[in-house]
Amino acid sequence: MEKILEVKNLCVSFKTHNGVVKAIRGVSFDLFKGETLAIVGESGSGKSVTTKVLMGILAKNGIIEEGEVLFDNKDLTKITKKEISNIKGKDIAIIFQDPMTSLNPTMTVGYQIAESIIEHQGLTKNEAKSKAMELIKLVGINQSEKRYKQYPHQLSGGMRQRIVIAIALACNPRILIADEPTTALDVTIQAQILDLIKELQEKIGLSIIFITHDLGVVANVADRVAVMYAGKIVEFGTAEEIFFDPRHPYTWGLLASVPDLNSEINKLYAIPGAPPNLLYPPKGDAFALRSDFALKVDLEEEPPFFKVTDTHYAATWLLHENAPKVEMPEILKVRIESMKKEVSQYDY
Amino acid sequence: MDNLAKKYDKKSFERILKNEKVQTDVVYKGISFWKDVGLRFYQNKGALIGLILIVIIVIMAFVGPTMNKHTYKSLETEHLNLPPRIQGIENLGVFDGEINGVNVYQEKGLDDVYYWFGTDSLGRDIWTRVWVGTQVSIYIALLAVVIDMFIGMGYGLISGYLGGKVDVFMQRFIEILSGIPNLVVVTLFVMILNPGILSISLALVITGWIGMSRVVRSQVLRLKELDFILASRTLGASTSQIIIKDLFPNIFGQVIIMSMFSIPKSIFYESFLAFIGLGLQPPMASLGVLINDGYKSILVYPHMIISPVIVLAILMLSFNLLADGLRDALDPKMKEH
Amino acid sequence: MFKYIRNRLIISIVTLLVILSVLFLLLDLMPGSPFNDEKLSEDQKGMLYAKYNLDKPLHIRYFTYMKNVIFKGDFGESYTIQKNVPVSTLLKDRLPISIRLGIQSLLVGALIGVLFGSVAAINKNSGWDTFTTVFSVLGISVPSYVFALGLSYFLGYKIHLFPFTYDIYKPLESSVLPTIALSMFVIATVARFMRTELVEVLGSEYILLAEAKGLKTRKVLIKHSIRNALIPVITVLGPITVSLLTGSLVIERIFGIPGLGDLLVTAISVNDFNVVISIAFFYSMFYIAMMLIIDVLYGVIDPRIRVAKGEQNG
Repeated sequence: MEKILEVKNLCVSFKTHNGVVKAIRGVSFDLFKGETLAIVGESGSGKSVTTKVLMGILAKNGIIEEGEVLFDNKDLTKITKKEISNIKGKDIAIIFQDPMTSLNPTMTVGYQIAESIIEHQGLTKNEAKSKAMELIKLVGINQSEKRYKQYPHQLSGGMRQRIVIAIALACNPRILIADEPTTALDVTIQAQILDLIKELQEKIGLSIIFITHDLGVVANVADRVAVMYAGKIVEFGTAEEIFFDPRHPYTWGLLASVPDLNSEINKLYAIPGAPPNLLYPPKGDAFALRSDFALKVDLEEEPPFFKVTDTHYAATWLLHENAPKVEMPEILKVRIESMKKEVSQYDY
Repeated sequence: MDNLAKKYDKKSFERILKNEKVQTDVVYKGISFWKDVGLRFYQNKGALIGLILIVIIVIMAFVGPTMNKHTYKSLETEHLNLPPRIQGIENLGVFDGEINGVNVYQEKGLDDVYYWFGTDSLGRDIWTRVWVGTQVSIYIALLAVVIDMFIGMGYGLISGYLGGKVDVFMQRFIEILSGIPNLVVVTLFVMILNPGILSISLALVITGWIGMSRVVRSQVLRLKELDFILASRTLGASTSQIIIKDLFPNIFGQVIIMSMFSIPKSIFYESFLAFIGLGLQPPMASLGVLINDGYKSILVYPHMIISPVIVLAILMLSFNLLADGLRDALDPKMKEH
Repeated sequence: MFKYIRNRLIISIVTLLVILSVLFLLLDLMPGSPFNDEKLSEDQKGMLYAKYNLDKPLHIRYFTYMKNVIFKGDFGESYTIQKNVPVSTLLKDRLPISIRLGIQSLLVGALIGVLFGSVAAINKNSGWDTFTTVFSVLGISVPSYVFALGLSYFLGYKIHLFPFTYDIYKPLESSVLPTIALSMFVIATVARFMRTELVEVLGSEYILLAEAKGLKTRKVLIKHSIRNALIPVITVLGPITVSLLTGSLVIERIFGIPGLGDLLVTAISVNDFNVVISIAFFYSMFYIAMMLIIDVLYGVIDPRIRVAKGEQNG
């Protein structure tokens, strides 16, 4: 498969009043052409910051300390502002979480789509308008002529998110970053938007980075999954590997805490404690203090990635040859069995 | 990759038992609302400076007039138009009793006489008059605020709480009233009632409460839809109980903010009225009256206007800083309008 | 939208009529008579009363007064300033001077204020931001006449940079100092409000999306940020109008500008009630018109309100 984007050892910090927050501490991943990579993690794990680096829209107090983001043989962290503005919106586009706030309230939605086309493709206003109306149709909105002239507040949440998607697709991007695109929507609308994204991906051949904390959504859309915790990727692999054969205790915790209607176990599992304060990143494995399976070495040394399969790696000392054999928790086994059954039923 | 791990022996791969684990859950100390407000307020340098300046000015307003033998209306016909002169400081080249290089005191043979802020055209001590005038300004501001708080809050509470036709009628009334510029109301009111402390305060009250009532009303409208009011009502609380026990504590912050902002406003209006000739009548002094007097001889004796203007400016600035700080502390999300 | 404007217009007119009636009553209630010249005999006073209709019953005088004001623009005559001269004549020459000064200060103040506020918001927490904050607090707290006194004393009297008092033959030069003094409050208010609004807009997600579209920074700033931040700034025109009206009274007096404010102060000091009330009416009219314009403008510019009102009213 062809690599389209390569992130190598990315480290990002934020200067705050209280000190320097190390939000991302050495993240590396590849994105292949046409695939959907899901980055999963709880809030504050650094998943949104990663996408902001890719888009060159890091907040002013954010500093890229180290690392490379390779796209088209260019390192996006090193090129000039002008070069990056030729890439963002054109080759790499983004969809934000909340369609209520991500559209300019005083500009017609049509023009917000056309604006991007005018900027990157140098079309005239009228040409851009007809292209924008095509896009409105493409994302499944009728009456494109009428909608073009409307303002965001006149559209429903789902429709607004469709408009945001249309803006993202305006210049035929190669990479689409979807930053929790369905979190703010009603459940029924969520499914529609997910379907739309999948359908568009097939049509256009997009590569998608899908940021979410919702594992249910991941199961629906992702080809590969990377699990992030405290500014690091702790486990990555194909969706099947992560869901059916997770190796990192954090991934276990995440999977166990997904509410499941089929399960006979009534109690919802919750990971104890809270993520570490990244003002003072902990020594060793950041998850050790919340893990039931922590080893002494976890407090001393950060675990490297251990290979599980060619596509599946996890950063936990539990995979070391000297580590005691540890089984995943019982609830999770039950959960995975029921998931497998479900999958074989519907044959995804 | 595995090389790194090799240096650890088997022992380091022992499981840590749960009870051995370091407890790192951060438990933040609970901070009460008012403590939080206090903390935010003390972090605001401007507000703190404002508060300190106000305290100093208020103390001076009451102590200042007793610091020399003059009263605000005692005339010294020998000591007309004297520039400021202060013991000790006079050698530094300021407050040395000189006008255009001529020491007026020595010229008149008044070697031992010191007027810290100088004297006016009737030979009255400006130092004493400034602080007595400050008393008047503070008094007018406080009086206006207190009445404004009662009328504004009462009107807003009734209008918002009763709602319906009463509310519509009361709001129409406000709409018309607020269509009249304050300037016009205050000016005409004082003209009819004859200038004086009471009529000036009353005039300020008439115009000042509208903003307060609007804020209170909108807060009440918002609050009364909330569940805790409904809960109180279900439990059989009377209207007055709900207003006093449930509504009032929740709008208290806003009321304080609004009234803090109306202090500099009323101080300004007093000085403004004095300046257009509707201030206190002589020999009474207020900052506005002093500025008006000083203005008449600004070209020849600029010292007469400088001290009241500076005190007035500092007073208004401090109250604004304090009000700003209180707003940020009480309601960090409230926007300026 | 049309219905909304019509309603606002009706309220404004009703307010004006109420004000006019109240003003008339006040005029009537004013203590003493305008003719307390002791040299006048009872007969002479009687003649004057008859001349000004002061001997007729209240309601007749009321309707005569309203009719004259509304249909003829006739506010009666000045009692003391310039005897027997219609108030409208007195006002005619002075009105343009005041209006020009007001508009000048408004424009200068709004432009500088928007500039200051924008630069401060864009460079948040910089030295420039601190400067703007300090400047705004000063401008809002310190009365405009204090600035006026300082300016006229130092720039006018001491170093003769600009005329110290108003010179009708050099209207532009001599309006520089008064304009600066009057626009201080405008700059301060606008800058402060602009800063708050722009900081909020700049932190919003739609600005992030606009940046993510790859738009040039300048385009994001002008088309998306400043444009949106400016809309609510319209609302500060209300307090600004008030401050301009109040300020004009004092500042016209300090600089000796022959405008409405100066006339009003004179009229107050010589108890020329008719002039006072006529000017008060003009001020009210101006204020109400401003409020109406602000409301309508806000509705027209902000699509959220414009469209909502349009749909509501069919």
